[in-house]
Amino acid sequence: MTSDPSGLGRGGAAALVLPALVLIGVFLVFPALWTIYLGLTDYRLTGLAAADPQVVGPANYLDALGDERFLGSTWLSVQYVLGSAVIGQACLGFAIAWLVRDRRGPLRRVVEGVVLLSWILPGSVVAYLWIALLDRDGGTLNALLNTPGAAWLLDHPMLSLVVFNTWRGTAFSMMLYAAALESVPPSHLETARLAGASAFQQLRDVVLPRIRGHVLTNLLLISLWTFNDFTPFLITAGGPEGASETLPVYVYIVALRDGELGVGAAVSFLILAVNLVFALVYLRLLRARGRDADVPAPARAATRTAA
Amino acid sequence: MISLHGLTKEFPGGVRAIDALDLEIADGEFFALLGPSGCGKTTLLRTIAGLETPTRGRVAIGGVDVTATPPGRRDVAMVFQDYALFPHMDVTDNIAYPLRIRKVPRAERRARAAETAARLSLAELLARRPGQLSGGQQQRVALARAIACHPRAFLFDEPLSNLDARLRLEARTFLKRLQRDLAVTTVFVTHDQGEALALADRVAVMSGGRIMQVGTPAEVFQRPASTFVASFIGSTPMNLLPGEVRGGGLRVAGARLPLPQEAAGLPEGAGVVYGVRPEYVDLSPAPRPGAFAGRVAVLENLGTAHLVTLEVPAEDGEPPAGSEPGGATVQAVVPEGGEPALGEAVWAAPRHERALVYHDDVLLTRAPDRAAR
Repeated sequence: MTSDPSGLGRGGAAALVLPALVLIGVFLVFPALWTIYLGLTDYRLTGLAAADPQVVGPANYLDALGDERFLGSTWLSVQYVLGSAVIGQACLGFAIAWLVRDRRGPLRRVVEGVVLLSWILPGSVVAYLWIALLDRDGGTLNALLNTPGAAWLLDHPMLSLVVFNTWRGTAFSMMLYAAALESVPPSHLETARLAGASAFQQLRDVVLPRIRGHVLTNLLLISLWTFNDFTPFLITAGGPEGASETLPVYVYIVALRDGELGVGAAVSFLILAVNLVFALVYLRLLRARGRDADVPAPARAATRTAA
Repeated sequence: MISLHGLTKEFPGGVRAIDALDLEIADGEFFALLGPSGCGKTTLLRTIAGLETPTRGRVAIGGVDVTATPPGRRDVAMVFQDYALFPHMDVTDNIAYPLRIRKVPRAERRARAAETAARLSLAELLARRPGQLSGGQQQRVALARAIACHPRAFLFDEPLSNLDARLRLEARTFLKRLQRDLAVTTVFVTHDQGEALALADRVAVMSGGRIMQVGTPAEVFQRPASTFVASFIGSTPMNLLPGEVRGGGLRVAGARLPLPQEAAGLPEGAGVVYGVRPEYVDLSPAPRPGAFAGRVAVLENLGTAHLVTLEVPAEDGEPPAGSEPGGATVQAVVPEGGEPALGEAVWAAPRHERALVYHDDVLLTRAPDRAAR
């Protein structure tokens, strides 16, 4: 092994990587640093502070951490992630993948097609569909359940959003788990069946140890996506009275509707920090697995992509 | 005892993997299901295990009808071709897994796993993971897992085919001794006729979802009931030559051969198939009565012997000149030192008491009188 396997030399290698590094610097690193800076100012969308923002130090961060509205939004985001991503999408996706695992032919294709459809439609379209479904006057659900006048989005805004996002995002988990289940050799499940293992014991002893890497990858991705998801704004706009104001919606309202860009930037940075924590915990978990002799390679590759 | 009655398995799409099959496997017997790929032998084994549900027919184990019993309650253990060891469990946990499912207390199941492992020379490897074991060790762990729960029957699916050639012979001897010591009814599937003959007490030769012949290895080797079995059994394929009854004798590939007594009822001109194993064909450099005249086309070294392929005329006449194809071929196994030269004209004399005559694919000749040999 030489230290220069490509034979480009240090300069040649740098010249090849430079354009990508410049793009990353301009479009990812600089905005992130700029956000931190903005978070330290009283910059506003309009008015005097827009023309001449003053540095106010960590006041925005401290205010946000002490603000009940911010803490309430954080709690709603946690509900949204746990309810719709971890419980809803991951569990439902696994259940569908498990049920159709040894089916071939039309039934499987129809199920997968329907689930996938909800995933590939644009957010604005599905938001409109769900408003039409849940509307108090003339909503489809009220017509189906014969409950005229039930205001789902007003009485149960978070529950509606959790159900909505479960419906919308299950396809990804289903596809990922379906691929993972393909990697479980049938003879392993049959050995467990011959030993008398119940379906639960087969899942616990044979399937889950084998697809642990896939489960971790999936949970990381859907948690991050759901945590940063802005579609709730298109359905409830954070209402009623902030009852469905998850963190991304909160940032939008504070920064762009109320015009407090400095405060918005500070909260954005806090969201970024939460995302980093997610990613670090996940990487730590995967590395703990890496010490095991028998880690499936795809899980490691997936980490790299996710990171 | 395992009994199968009228067993049929049809897969969606109308493929009939097993076709109205009847079979009795005795207690303690080492039984081989032998056949080419796609003959239904693995489906049959999986149906006995309960992993496949038969379309029609019944499966009984130990006199109890288990056709509707789930696999976990049939009290059988199966060893798969890929061994199916759980990669996240060490050897002890793998062996003890069926005991864990049966809620055997932890201390007892660890003791039983260790005891079984020691019997299969795995005592040093109890703490290892399957990924750290050689192929032969993995196979023994899979066997240990099957043995440790003391089932009524073992089912092996191609147990030796994932081992390399040398290891396979060792494992074969080991498996035969193990089965004899345990005396547990064992059914195994193989496509390797040598493996079936070496291991089994009885062999069922299968084709197209049906059993073509059931018998001891000696029976299916010496007295194959049909030309399919004759061509499938034997490390060198049997010579099967078309011939006809003529003038109170047989006319086969240019040679006049005696008509076996059992075939005396055949009318003049009746078509037969004449079979003789290459091991029972003697070569001589000079013309002999009752021998095929041929020319040496191929010589294959088998180590202690040579497999000689002769080209013989399909009809009466001299040995064909050169090596142009068209005629039939006869193969003979010649002990080392006795092989002819390539292209040489030789006469191949089948041992008549070993010859088999088929008419309409039914074997006519009776077993050779042992005293005559």
